[in-house]
Amino acid sequence: MINSIRKNIKGIAIEGITLISAIIIIVIVIVMLLVIFIGGKDHLTWEFLTSFPTEGMTKGGIFPALYGTALLVIIMSIAAVPFGTITAIYLTEYAKENSIIAKTIRFAVRTLAVIPSIIYGLFGLGFFIKFVGAHIDGAFFGGELRWGQPNLLWASLTMSLLTLPVVIVSVEEALKTVPQDLRAASLALGATKWQTIRKVVLPGSISGIMTGTILAVSRGAGEVAPILFTGAAYYLATLPGLSDQFMVLGYHIYVLTTQSANVDQTLPIQFGTTCVLLLLTFTLNMSAVILRYRIRKKKNR
Amino acid sequence: MILDKIHTEKMFLYYSEKVALKDISIKIPEKRVTAFIGPSGCGKSTFLRSLNRMNDLIDGVKIEGKVMIDNINIYDKNIDVVNLRKKVGMVFQKSNPFAKSIYENIAYGPKINGINDKKQLEEIVETALKNAAIWDEVKDRLGDSALGLSGGQQQRLCIARTLAVNPEIVLMDEPASALDPLSTSKIEELIVQLKEHYTIVIVTHNMQQAARISDNTAFFYLGELIEYDKTKTIFTNPSKKQTEDYITGRFG
Repeated sequence: MINSIRKNIKGIAIEGITLISAIIIIVIVIVMLLVIFIGGKDHLTWEFLTSFPTEGMTKGGIFPALYGTALLVIIMSIAAVPFGTITAIYLTEYAKENSIIAKTIRFAVRTLAVIPSIIYGLFGLGFFIKFVGAHIDGAFFGGELRWGQPNLLWASLTMSLLTLPVVIVSVEEALKTVPQDLRAASLALGATKWQTIRKVVLPGSISGIMTGTILAVSRGAGEVAPILFTGAAYYLATLPGLSDQFMVLGYHIYVLTTQSANVDQTLPIQFGTTCVLLLLTFTLNMSAVILRYRIRKKKNR
Repeated sequence: MILDKIHTEKMFLYYSEKVALKDISIKIPEKRVTAFIGPSGCGKSTFLRSLNRMNDLIDGVKIEGKVMIDNINIYDKNIDVVNLRKKVGMVFQKSNPFAKSIYENIAYGPKINGINDKKQLEEIVETALKNAAIWDEVKDRLGDSALGLSGGQQQRLCIARTLAVNPEIVLMDEPASALDPLSTSKIEELIVQLKEHYTIVIVTHNMQQAARISDNTAFFYLGELIEYDKTKTIFTNPSKKQTEDYITGRFG
């Protein structure tokens, strides 16, 4: 009798603890979003998005950071999406399932995915800036410092390495949803393997390629560490080109909170910038989730 | 005189060291319907797929002996598989239209063969659909997705798609096994019409179907060609006991 009551109490306690942990998580998310939204909602204006920072970054908008973020993810996608897609095509269409080369590539992709992002930053600094950039300067500009320093291009390429695994895995998943029957049908009509990939497999998996791109963009828009050494700037009065440093949303938040002359004065802008960044990544992720859901539904049909 | 379109001599097929087809020698006449029958796993589909080298797609498949089409060994080193498959078309068990419009499905083959003239493509599409007896059902909605067609229509569309490349031989791997009786009879009617222009080789589980539509029938069992003769002879007076047991339903 007493024993069974004890067991009951134990059961209730465990259920209670698990429930409380779950609620804590929900509360944390809600509080976080609310604080950021309430603090930043006044800044979600067209003017805030389209004007330059003023008065030592205590007033004004975030346009250069938004512009830099957009350029960063665009150049990053131009590099990462075709490269990742081609790798995924090799893995699903050409490589034999258990060949050594396919296993090696898969291992490399998994490894890339778990490397801490700051390491990418260091790699970008060492490889793109100190090696590739410095050699370009030596060969074409007589040693004058042009490409051998942090800039938008190197930062974007570093970021593309970080997002490559996301693209490869998403595209691979999408290519696998194209039924084998369709490949056979195309080949039986006298199509070459490449024609089959180009005209049947790729059109059938375009939404997966889109998903991979969006996820990569979302990841790239939020990361700061990889661009810390490779191109992010504190403040710029002009909009950047490929060989310039650039402002970016994530780093801008860091600058406003820690490097500003008057942190309290920048507080509203910090909230505003955080709000914008959050909305941006949230929207991107949601659209990727929706696309992926549609693909899965198609696969199950 | 009827020519032999396809003939094999002492052909063996191995699935990574395991023998799947043993010593197949057969002569398949031009512009006739030849049916392959036999229980599941007897090798009839494997044999069919080796006639347009679709088995190449499977790892570890090895072929020995001769597989001749128009007196050329299709497993010779200098054979272009892509050209071979244009000449030897294939219709699969499960209809597999592309997720494109009806028109684009048919135009796919001609387009990859380099035909880009719109007028010419339209003609090819119309002829192919007419030859596959589906033109009247789809002529008003060529731009609609092929996936909206019924199963039977999809299969006739796939036949039309195969015909659009202008093959000489059409291989059919149980083309009606997933269809209802009405669609099946339409496909059967179509096959009989097609033999006027094409050499048809069809694999079927359905013995009545083989009896209805084929001129010659080959009976496969455990990877061997047990008996091959005029369809009438196979079904009324088979010379091997195994054949008789199978067609009278004693096994399989």
